[in-house]
Amino acid sequence: MSNFFNKSDISRKDAEDIVSKTLNNCDEGELYLENSKSESIILDDNKIKNSSYSSDLGYGLRAVTGEVVAYSHSNDISKESLKKSSENLHLTLKSKRGTYNHSIDKTNKKIYNDINPIEEKSLNSKLETLKEVNNYVRSKGTIVQQVTASFAGEYKDIEIIRSGGEVLTDARPLIRFNVSTMLEKDGKKEIGVYGVGGRQSYDEYLKNDNWKKVCDEAFRIASINLESKPAPAGEMKVVLGPGWPAILIHEAIGHGLEGDFNRKKTSAFHNLMGQRVASEGVTIVDDGTLHQKRGSLTIDDEGTPTEKTVLIENGILKNFMQDRLNARLMNTRSTGSGRRESYKHVVLPRMRNTMMLNGKYSQDEMIKSVDKGIFAVSFGGGQVDITSGKFVFNCTEAYEIINGKIGSPIKGATLIGDGPSILKEVSLVGNNMMLDPGIGTCGKAGQGVPVGVAQPSILINKMTVGGTQL
Amino acid sequence: MVKDKEYLKKIVSYCIDLSKKLGASDTSVSVINSISETVNFRNKKLDESDRSDSLAVNLTIYIGKKKSSISSSNLSEENLKKLITRCIDTTKITPEDDLNSLPDKDLLAKDLKDLNLYDASHIGNNEKIDYLKEVEEAAFKEKEIINTETGFSELKSNFILANSDGFLNGYKSSSFSASCVAVSKSNGSMERDYEFSSTCHVKDMLKPNEIGSIAAKKAIQKLNPKKIESEKISIIFDKRISKGILSTLASSILSSSIARGTSFLKDKINEKIFSKSINIFDKPDILKGLGSRSFDGEGVKTETLKLVDQGVLKHYLVDTYHGKKLNLKSNGRSGGTSNLYFERGYFSYIDLLKINSKALYITETIGHGSNLVTGDYSVGANGFMIENGEFKYPVSEITIAGNFKDIFKNITLADDLEFKYATNAPTMLIEGMVVAGK
Repeated sequence: MSNFFNKSDISRKDAEDIVSKTLNNCDEGELYLENSKSESIILDDNKIKNSSYSSDLGYGLRAVTGEVVAYSHSNDISKESLKKSSENLHLTLKSKRGTYNHSIDKTNKKIYNDINPIEEKSLNSKLETLKEVNNYVRSKGTIVQQVTASFAGEYKDIEIIRSGGEVLTDARPLIRFNVSTMLEKDGKKEIGVYGVGGRQSYDEYLKNDNWKKVCDEAFRIASINLESKPAPAGEMKVVLGPGWPAILIHEAIGHGLEGDFNRKKTSAFHNLMGQRVASEGVTIVDDGTLHQKRGSLTIDDEGTPTEKTVLIENGILKNFMQDRLNARLMNTRSTGSGRRESYKHVVLPRMRNTMMLNGKYSQDEMIKSVDKGIFAVSFGGGQVDITSGKFVFNCTEAYEIINGKIGSPIKGATLIGDGPSILKEVSLVGNNMMLDPGIGTCGKAGQGVPVGVAQPSILINKMTVGGTQL
Repeated sequence: MVKDKEYLKKIVSYCIDLSKKLGASDTSVSVINSISETVNFRNKKLDESDRSDSLAVNLTIYIGKKKSSISSSNLSEENLKKLITRCIDTTKITPEDDLNSLPDKDLLAKDLKDLNLYDASHIGNNEKIDYLKEVEEAAFKEKEIINTETGFSELKSNFILANSDGFLNGYKSSSFSASCVAVSKSNGSMERDYEFSSTCHVKDMLKPNEIGSIAAKKAIQKLNPKKIESEKISIIFDKRISKGILSTLASSILSSSIARGTSFLKDKINEKIFSKSINIFDKPDILKGLGSRSFDGEGVKTETLKLVDQGVLKHYLVDTYHGKKLNLKSNGRSGGTSNLYFERGYFSYIDLLKINSKALYITETIGHGSNLVTGDYSVGANGFMIENGEFKYPVSEITIAGNFKDIFKNITLADDLEFKYATNAPTMLIEGMVVAGK
């Protein structure tokens, strides 16, 4: 655990006093302290291109009254700086009066271990692994034109001081190991990317030659795309594979169920609570408690323990994801979804691990039921317009389906749909739920946070496929 | 107030001296301080105020041909010493790379021109609030507007970049920006659009009522859109979207992508990649320009480049490292382009809309559907159907797709270039793309 005050001219007691005084007439707020260390080591073009280490320290002081948020942050943890922040907050909130809600749930659960993954594996050993990865992928043949492999590790130590001196802490490890390869055959080039990660040490993900599986997967995706033909254009049936394709759920549904957009009534879902928003058999949860997963947190960035929040149960909208501010204004409780990228950012309600739960059909049954459509196995990224509900995501591995059989691979195409109606078009839910490999980062209001997704295979009656073949 | 030059210089010199003492053969370091103050309004009420004060150091150490970097926001001497020691240790065990080096001394920037990038004016929170009230009042004049979110940000920063070859330079810059997001509603349809203004000097900003009323009108125009049939149709990119074609070009001609062989424009230097009417410039020394700079991320001087001359690609964007691999000298583009723009075209905006009897006018794209290795492009989009030069109805939930190699060759530009962003393009007609809809 970091001691944020032993190198500062301010004692913890002084800091607590400033926090209590600042938040005296406010509804919410806290002093959030963060000490983070991160590293990035990249092998590319047969060489170590980058080896960097970063150490970041800072605080954010937040006061909330009514709907108004006042925030001030700095990397200078000193008496003068904190006092200046406090004055700034008062200037914004000057005439507003609130009542501080001291109640906050506690947890003894530990969802990940307090380890610093950067120090758990020596630099030499990381460099050695990257070299092996490069040799292994390149040994697959002369079609391998480029290999990029990287380690990204982070250790984030946080402390939250609430009004009255209550202190909540968390120490969060996070790693990601990534391999990308470019193949060239007959003048055609394609890339394949794969990665793994989560809140454990690197070696947990690399052991038993697991790193080879990451390389094999990147190579396999690139090889398939070398054989791909142009994608079709227009509306058709779409079967999504299990796991990472659940970013469809994240984009189409997840963002629209975040508390802030619904309090502000800018989400297409804001007046649909208790109503049918998905086919029967569709249940979606957002779970922050999965052991050592990328999107999991012991406590959120306001100090609330995370939970498994049921968003949609058997097709009916049950809950939004809430931080304390939006929960208070919507007369409900925080779901432990208040997150921020760092001390430089305000808290927003965000997703953690968003999952569609199992149904009863097999993937084969789904494919067999499709006369003409596509089978999408992996995606790049996605995006949504919360207000209109329109969302997109980009296939990185997909096949045509003709007469119930999987056909040729098709080029990467964008799929577009309408969030509020897409789940009503889900006609079959599979029995093969899978989590993604731990690689997702969600962006909102300029803040990136690690998230996870999961789903079984699903059959969607119609979606627009953005190919070039009419 | 942002930290002054002397303060930043002290940190930079400490880092360079200490690195040398601990065994570095070369060092490059930058220190940047930025202070921003933002006020956000929502539905005519104060929503958020945010003050940010950040100071950060980025340092790269070379020991012979070995290299490694650190960065930190904790600038105490004790912490810097710890980090530099760690960086030296890391550098020692990182493999050698012959291409690693500081930039050529004779390419470093000297005698900087004043680009007028700093406006010392301070806009207090009350003034920001008054401005935003006017923005929102203008937006709410339209009865379909049900929600507005507006913001006013002021950013001041100062930085120093230095290296152990004696380069030490930096300057202050400022940015003032205001934005309005308006949500419109009618017959169960809800749409969102925006307008903004971002400038170096506060007096160049748009008037608040212009921002509010443009955002509102754009959000209302989008209401009750239709989905159209899949077809091959002429596409017109609004200026918001057309600049993306330049961003794609810029990413595809980075010396890093070319050297690694991962760009669809590899080996296309001196080849015709656009039609003959197209000229593209990157001009770093525009006064008050949003992308202006006196030197690049390595301290190398920057000069105007005519990247594309009558359709022919003339330059890659070259930094020191990848330049060596390609046998090219750095042209001061470590960190990419500065003020990148198409030379204006010949058609007026109105005439461009009339070139085809039917065209799809795109105002927004969503998704990240550009593959720079293959040039394949497929994104979600919305906009308007145009018939005989007239806007007929809004269109949404469609995709547009093609390949940049073809797209580049089929561009016709209007003459309405303006400098609203760092990268700017006029309204653009593109023939031959495929729209997927129903």
